[in-house]
Amino acid sequence: MTGRYLQIDKVRMVFETKKGPFCALEEISLDIRSGEFVSLIGHSGCGKSTLLNIVAGLLEATDGHVLLAEREVTGPGPDRGVVFQNHSLLPWLTCFENVQLAVERVFGAAEKKAAVRERVRRALELVQLGHAQHKYPHEISGGMKQRVGIARALSIEPKVLLLDEPFGALDALTRARLQDELMHIVAATQSTVLMVTHDVDEAVLLSDRVVMMTNGPPATIGGILAIDLPRPRDRIALAGHRRYMAPRAELLEFLYRKQMREAA
Amino acid sequence: MNAVPATVRTLQPPLARAGHADESAKLHPAMNQASSAAEPPPYVRTRAPEWLPRLLAPVIGFAMFVLLWQILAKAGGRLPDPLSTWHSALEVFGNPFYKKGPNDQGIGWNVLASLGRVGVGFGMAALVGIPLGFMLGRFRFLSDMAAPIVSILRPVSPLAWLPIGLMVFKAANPAAIYVIFVCSLWPMIVNTAVGVRQIPQDYLNVARVLNLSEWTVFRKILFPAVLPYMITGVRLSIGVAWLVIVAAEMLTGGVGIGFWVWDEWNNLNVRHIIIAIFTVGIVGLALEQLMILAARRFSYE
Repeated sequence: MTGRYLQIDKVRMVFETKKGPFCALEEISLDIRSGEFVSLIGHSGCGKSTLLNIVAGLLEATDGHVLLAEREVTGPGPDRGVVFQNHSLLPWLTCFENVQLAVERVFGAAEKKAAVRERVRRALELVQLGHAQHKYPHEISGGMKQRVGIARALSIEPKVLLLDEPFGALDALTRARLQDELMHIVAATQSTVLMVTHDVDEAVLLSDRVVMMTNGPPATIGGILAIDLPRPRDRIALAGHRRYMAPRAELLEFLYRKQMREAA
Repeated sequence: MNAVPATVRTLQPPLARAGHADESAKLHPAMNQASSAAEPPPYVRTRAPEWLPRLLAPVIGFAMFVLLWQILAKAGGRLPDPLSTWHSALEVFGNPFYKKGPNDQGIGWNVLASLGRVGVGFGMAALVGIPLGFMLGRFRFLSDMAAPIVSILRPVSPLAWLPIGLMVFKAANPAAIYVIFVCSLWPMIVNTAVGVRQIPQDYLNVARVLNLSEWTVFRKILFPAVLPYMITGVRLSIGVAWLVIVAAEMLTGGVGIGFWVWDEWNNLNVRHIIIAIFTVGIVGLALEQLMILAARRFSYE
């Protein structure tokens, strides 16, 4: 069972467009273990976000199905925590209230008010934002907003954490810091993670396995690369390390030689 | 006193150039520091504060307006001049709340009567228009259903509705309120519906991944997201309602600022008509500012 905590089974996705059916994904099968960190990498437009949205339940696969802890995914639900690319915080709620909205939904019925507030506080402290909890999203930086997004996703104790290019909109330094922070959080919470990225270094640094998506359409899995690096990982120590450079080179080779876009 | 730092400044560059390069590098900052620490800044440029022209411009504009009015009044005709109108206004506002029978009341009562009609008509329009706007924004089918009716009725002058109001209610006061209701309705429906449609998909995705209940979605996402649009609708509605009430009251009579204007016209008291025009303008401005204040309170960015 631990070997197939999240099961993606022969998923196919066809969109109906004005020019007729458009097959975005074909024959996607992937098993993710409990506590595993898996990244989806590929060129933009290859359907990796589509796959993530199918797992999130925001899109319904045309064929195939997704199982999470042996139960079929039929729609969106709080057993999956989603971090959106553009943070998606509600601007009229403070950081605390944004997280509270999620916690209240999941634990509000069973737990007292004080316990709910304690959960919110702990989630914000996990991403080091205890001091900014009463600020509004427009009062904090992009990196802080994304951290609130992560806190919101983690606060509901999801079975799996789904990250859709979570650091794509941030500058390189902030991104590196948040990647390190995410590694700590994932290690501390033993989370199962599925992350979409197009950053080779991010994929290698964070993942246990990297799923390489072909360009398509229809896109499918071009290969899966196991990243055999001990944890905790340190970006500086790994920078020139052979076991880091080898998978990195392989990913680059896949993205820029085998799957290079003609027009791009 | 002022000349001393100035001469130090002009002397400095030649001195520095004369010495060795590394020496000047050491000398330069040190000298600058010493001179600025010992002396206050050599001169402070005095500039008129920024708010002054901002304040002055409207004052000048208004003065020119009054001057033009004076010239026109002097040129002949029956237009009263500004000064006599001002005296008349002091008289009118000196006793705004008197009552000498149903058709002779102070200007305060007249303004309050008009505001009351606007309040009631507008309030009812908000009660109907805002929920309707939410529904039209949320459900495509309803919006397509309502589109032809709204498009045809929206450009109609509200006064065209007055005869129907008189026919249905058989009384002036409810007919006037009903006209206010009709003209306030459209901006609120349309703006609320647009607001609902403009809600970013991201916010709704948050609601979906958390499986929030419809009531929570409404309270925490729909309502706050639409509020700024709603306030815009309310602002437009109040503006239109205040425009229309004067005209409606001219036709229906009773107590009200519009009726007052008509009454003073029958008395050939042009000064009072001008006073009424300014009163209507100032009350309208106050209403508008009030709504802008409310809008600022509920903007999030």
